[in-house]
Amino acid sequence: MTLDLLRFTTAGSVDDGKSTLIGRLLYDSKQVFEDQLEHVAQASERRGGEGALDLALLTDGLRAEREQGITIDVAYRYFATARRRFIIADCPGHRQYTRNMVTGASTADVSVVLIDARRGVLEQSRRHAFISALLGIPEMVVAINKMDLVDYSQERFEELVEEFEGFAHRLNGVKQISYIPMSALDGDNVVERSQRMPWYDGLVLLEHLEQVEVAYDHPNEKPARFPVQWVIRPSGAAGGEDYRGYAGQLASGGLRRGDEVAVLPGGARTRIAAIDTYDGELEEAMAPMSFALRLEDELDISRGELICHPDEAPSVGRALEADVCWMTDEPLRTGSRYLLKQTSRNATTVIDAIEDLVNVHTLERAPAPQELTLNDIGRVHLRTSVPLVFDPYASNRRTGSFILIDEASNRTVGAGMIAAAA
Amino acid sequence: MSVAARPQLSHLRALESEAIHVMREVAAEFERPVLLFSGGKDSIVLLRLAEKAFRPAPFPFPLMHVDTGHNFPEVIEYRDRRVAELGERLIVANVQDSIDSGRAVEETGPRASRNRLQTVTLLDAIAEHGFDAAFGGARRDEERARAKERIMSFRDDFGQWDPKNQRPELWNLYNGRIHKGEHARVFPLSNWTELDVWEYIDQECLEVPHIYFAHERKVFERDGMLYAWREGTELIEGEEIFEETVRYRTVGDMSCTGGVRSHAATLEEVVLEIAATRITERGETRADDRVSEAAMEDRKKAGYF
Repeated sequence: MTLDLLRFTTAGSVDDGKSTLIGRLLYDSKQVFEDQLEHVAQASERRGGEGALDLALLTDGLRAEREQGITIDVAYRYFATARRRFIIADCPGHRQYTRNMVTGASTADVSVVLIDARRGVLEQSRRHAFISALLGIPEMVVAINKMDLVDYSQERFEELVEEFEGFAHRLNGVKQISYIPMSALDGDNVVERSQRMPWYDGLVLLEHLEQVEVAYDHPNEKPARFPVQWVIRPSGAAGGEDYRGYAGQLASGGLRRGDEVAVLPGGARTRIAAIDTYDGELEEAMAPMSFALRLEDELDISRGELICHPDEAPSVGRALEADVCWMTDEPLRTGSRYLLKQTSRNATTVIDAIEDLVNVHTLERAPAPQELTLNDIGRVHLRTSVPLVFDPYASNRRTGSFILIDEASNRTVGAGMIAAAA
Repeated sequence: MSVAARPQLSHLRALESEAIHVMREVAAEFERPVLLFSGGKDSIVLLRLAEKAFRPAPFPFPLMHVDTGHNFPEVIEYRDRRVAELGERLIVANVQDSIDSGRAVEETGPRASRNRLQTVTLLDAIAEHGFDAAFGGARRDEERARAKERIMSFRDDFGQWDPKNQRPELWNLYNGRIHKGEHARVFPLSNWTELDVWEYIDQECLEVPHIYFAHERKVFERDGMLYAWREGTELIEGEEIFEETVRYRTVGDMSCTGGVRSHAATLEEVVLEIAATRITERGETRADDRVSEAAMEDRKKAGYF
């Protein structure tokens, strides 16, 4: 069975039916097991449900979540159909919302934005759509949910599509937006086609997720980026004394044996002598495969350097502009110092300036804020202790992203997306 | 673009590549990692992934087994043979030693289990050897609390997990920074399902202990589960020993791991059985998760695997 893997993200709070939608996807695609159902049935009863299964309880895992009826953290769910394997990053809507949405969106190929058909395009849906676009998710599905509460009205659906479109033209980077009217509670248009909305002739949600083409389908359209993670050098006789393999995961593009390559930031050039895997040598490799390269010339290459084709090289520099999502209570200020991790490279960084702060409701950028506080997103200028090898995030999510780490507490405090060299 | 231009990277290859990436990150960023190897199917997959990540060199870490002393003899035999084939170093941390030294107190009665005691032995061994990262085979699809766990999961200097205060994990950038005395648990199989594990074992032609396949065994039924009978097992009134054809979906301590009635005798049959099953592996076979609605969460907070 050869399936591909699709990662998608949802976000929302208890009220807009997100957990119910996920529960419905799992339940209707027969991915819920009997003992899980039994748990849900017991829990639904204890919480005074009226006999109906509360599908939302399928997704709430921690004790505090079940006690308080909220979702605290990003949870990952898995299911498969005959066509695809899916990973859902299920993000809570109301606590640490931006931080969680950014985390869930960072690995997703598709974003499912929920809208409550009665209430229209609320702040939270806008925020999720904006974050999905900022995090470079090319495909967006707008799930217009709770259609049962607006009498399955085509007019209402079209009104909401128009309202969302009015806002969506300001979202950069989203390639396609699809709108699906549904009722997750009753299962209409989630897995099964609704009999109550004959006016809708598009795909139902699961069909759409099974068929959508994502950037992952075309890794060769991007230039090759191979950050070196680890150098394989057997000591002694095992495997040959001269063996030296540069191991890593291809972040984008493809490499072939014999290709001329450059090693950055230094810029040395050589050719690929072999592409090694445990299962044997390859003629050609493509993202996101993990393998080890042997090179024709003996170069002293270490972790953190990046191998690419010389005519398609990324930028190298120590001054950057980036959008940063701030994830901790202690604010980010001009002059602050952090550890920065980008690809397999570590550096120290200093914030030179905070250029603006994004209002995630209006998408407007307010210039020159004093600081970025928890859940803020803004454009910053920063300098690094060693040169970084990078692409703008908009053209490469793997080489354009970084995290910021607090030097004293070791906590991850920020997520960065590189806009340009400064 | 034509369909032919699409890469044929299967979901298993994509998961494999992600796991190899995680293992190399740990090798590069931690001083003293260790890989927890029990002889169970998930840790068998971990060993193959380690071969893929580091060969032709030796692994940049030893293997460690926390042995309750109540493990299936077939599994221990398999464990030692596999380690010898690989030519890697195995550390065995014995729960019996923790009991003998008074660090852990043995439970008594017919339902006694050394499952909880393993946490003491594990944390002591991590401290004794100065390990700062421990690979485990846990998967997020196993259990609700695990669905929230990070791939690289922080443990404080008491070995505790704080589910409400986890580091955000973005892209494939893992923050492996810790202070002395703290450590990380790393789960390269986080995004795998039970079916993925079996399909991978099949694809890689990996040997697994025979108890994963249908076999005749003396068992007794308790709380709706079939437990292996062995010399010294205390039965509760009304329980009887009988012969049954069973196999194991999980391999843990004999005192809390139940078998399932099955005739799946080959890898192919096991894959088919798992693809069709309607019960999760922990729900069907692990008494340790039946204690309460949040049994796993509570054990994990205390430092369990």
